Amino acid sequence: MKARLLWPLGIFIVLVVFLAIGLKLDPREVPSPLVGKPAPEFSAPALMEPDRVIRKQDMLGKVWMLNVFASWCVACREEHPLMVAYARTSGAVPVIGLNYKDKREDGKAWLSQLGNPYTDIVFDLDGRIGINFGVYGVPETFIIDKAGVIRYKQIGPITPEALRDKIEPLLRQLNA
Amino acid sequence: MIPEIGHLLLIMALGVALAQGVVSLTGAQRENGAWMALSRPLAWVQFVLVALSFACLTASFVQLDFSVLYVASNSNTDLPLAYRIAGVWGGHEGSLLLWMLMLNVWSVAVAAFSRSLPAVFVSRILGVLGLVAVGFLLFTLITSNPFERLLPAALEGRDLNPLLQDPGMVIHPPMLYMGYVGFSVAFAFAIAALLGGQLDSTWARWTRPWTTAAWIFLTFGIGLGSWWAYNELGWGGWWFWDPVENASFMPWLAGTALIHSLAVTEKRGGFKVWTVLLSIVAFSLSLLGTFLVRSGVLSSVHAFATDPRRGLFILAFLVIVIGSSLVLYAWRAPKVGLGQRFGLVSKESMLLVNNMLLIVAAAAVLLGTLYPLFLDAMGMGKISVGAPYFETVFGLLMVPVMFAMGIGPLVRWKQDEIGGVARRLRFALPIALAAALLVGWSAGRISLVATGGLTLAFWIVASIGVDLVERLRPVGQQTNVIARMRLLPRAMVGMMVAHFGVAAFAFGVAMVKTYEIENDVKMGADTTTELAGYNFRMIDLHEVQGPNYKAVQGQIEVSRDGKLIATLQPEKRIYRVQTNPMTEAAVDSNLLRDIYVSMGEQLPNGDWIVRVQYKPFIYWIWNGCLIMMLGGVLALSDRRYRQRKSSTAELPAQSLSSGAAV
Repeated sequence: MKARLLWPLGIFIVLVVFLAIGLKLDPREVPSPLVGKPAPEFSAPALMEPDRVIRKQDMLGKVWMLNVFASWCVACREEHPLMVAYARTSGAVPVIGLNYKDKREDGKAWLSQLGNPYTDIVFDLDGRIGINFGVYGVPETFIIDKAGVIRYKQIGPITPEALRDKIEPLLRQLNA
Repeated sequence: MIPEIGHLLLIMALGVALAQGVVSLTGAQRENGAWMALSRPLAWVQFVLVALSFACLTASFVQLDFSVLYVASNSNTDLPLAYRIAGVWGGHEGSLLLWMLMLNVWSVAVAAFSRSLPAVFVSRILGVLGLVAVGFLLFTLITSNPFERLLPAALEGRDLNPLLQDPGMVIHPPMLYMGYVGFSVAFAFAIAALLGGQLDSTWARWTRPWTTAAWIFLTFGIGLGSWWAYNELGWGGWWFWDPVENASFMPWLAGTALIHSLAVTEKRGGFKVWTVLLSIVAFSLSLLGTFLVRSGVLSSVHAFATDPRRGLFILAFLVIVIGSSLVLYAWRAPKVGLGQRFGLVSKESMLLVNNMLLIVAAAAVLLGTLYPLFLDAMGMGKISVGAPYFETVFGLLMVPVMFAMGIGPLVRWKQDEIGGVARRLRFALPIALAAALLVGWSAGRISLVATGGLTLAFWIVASIGVDLVERLRPVGQQTNVIARMRLLPRAMVGMMVAHFGVAAFAFGVAMVKTYEIENDVKMGADTTTELAGYNFRMIDLHEVQGPNYKAVQGQIEVSRDGKLIATLQPEKRIYRVQTNPMTEAAVDSNLLRDIYVSMGEQLPNGDWIVRVQYKPFIYWIWNGCLIMMLGGVLALSDRRYRQRKSSTAELPAQSLSSGAAV
């Protein structure tokens, strides 16, 4: 057997090793460049009271979650019961909703139908706040610490596993 | 009941495929005539079982049996019948079944058209194909059963992906799979040759038509996919270097190399080991493509719903099939021996250059496709490799390929003189350059890249011209040009036509890349815009209702110098069930240019962003593919493949003359 003839096999084995590692990775999981950075500033009207303005500074000193949702978003509907249930648990951190690129009436109707888990809701009509947060799919959820720094980003709906294994332990640690 | 029958038939097919693989290969090894005689009937039985199973799934789709999970996921009551049938291969599970069906079509084709081949050889081929079928049937049954029940049944289906609801998409997957899977035949021929330790020019002559046939289907499938993307995705692009496109393109490159290498093996008995390796590589790349598409290791617009079990299964299958063939190759290849020697200036060395460059090009595409995965696997960050890499690397590699394409056909086998070849081609290059500059000048702008591409395209055409003139020049006994033309072997005409197709394709690409113009404009009712001398007037915008979607349709009149050319009706569709917007571009095309109009986003005031594009000669990209295919068909119809009795002569007499076809 000549060594020359083994080359194709060698290349193939290297390829297989990479493909096997690749199976364990998720190409869609893009780490947010914002994790570890201060959350973008925002000041925008509240969904329920158009005259009241909500600012990032209002939440300083607290660990909180920013949950991006919209009435037109199907996956949000799937996620919503979990958010409602979470808001009822003891020790839940404040959850601020970001009503993203939505109509005010639609957003309100959606919440009155499915329940409102939010401490407060920011109304982001033109999606500017969403853009600053790097939102590219709804729903997305950010965990922000007492100093106003983003510590975690969930892309897509929060699953019970993600809540139990990632989000709640992190919140406990940040609040400790 | 029907789905259970379909499932049962598939399980039976697995048993038959296993028997086909084991009985045929063992029979061939022991030279047991009775066992070998079973391989053909078993292939037929397997084909019938798989075809019936496929029919069962089709029946479930036609009847809209929403108690079948796969049907409920890929169809809907409002879905027109043609798309219900196409829905069979609209998702992962059903397209695997289509894969199986295609594999069986090829198997029975081999069984039917191999009367002249030795029984041992046919048994080995059908045995290998049977084992490949076992792998895919197991994959289907274990991880991706299309007949899985959904109980209680869904009231309504989730509908077929709107992207797939297009006539082009109905035939694109079957054609592509025919090509993909077709390389399994060349693969089986190669494995049979390795097992038997016998590989001569007769073997190459048997393998060539099968490889060419698969290549024709793959060319058609890829071309159709590109044409579909152009019309359906609404961006006006025709190739995106998406991982899945690359997955179909790599086997095409390897298959093209294989076709050329087989020519040397048949005519000169050379390149034997290399030909075998290419046969294995072409099919391996097809399998790798299947893995990339279905495992979710790369992100792509084509991605199927992913399941880690599936990825693991295909990877294991890849390791078994490709790994064992490469081990067999390393072990047995020395047996097949080396070919005859050839000079530095000879058809053989030109074909070697062609082969090397095509394989390097396939490797470059593979590298670009998997590079994000390599980096991610080594924890070096997430990146994506885009069109600029592929276009630069691939484009540069194609320069020498096309240059050699102009020379290769005119060079003699074994040994030729560089001076003679250069003299015969002395006018081709200046003519090509002049033609390219003339085209650039008449288009109004001469660019370096376009001139390069066009020169190469015209160079190929000029070289075909020289070749034809030399062959048809009235000398010798036969002085009638028409009669001389009739004497040209079909295989040679096929080669010329296919090469002309490459030139047409390169011409289209060079023209589109350089001279296309696009503009995004805001348009409401009764507004106009100008592009490339054409006037676009939006008459109005109105809503239209389709069977399973609603759409906003624009009415745009295109005119030039006050003369109406076309009324285009681009649409923005929202499909009711999956609620994602789809852009239906409207195109007015002729051989000289396309006018392409698509609707973008609606603005708050009711106007629309409309993208208007002018694409000169874009149809030549797909015409080029069709011409290449035609070349393949002509080569396939060559007389020597139709001969019932095969000659076992080592080298056919005609190959010794300088005029042998490639």
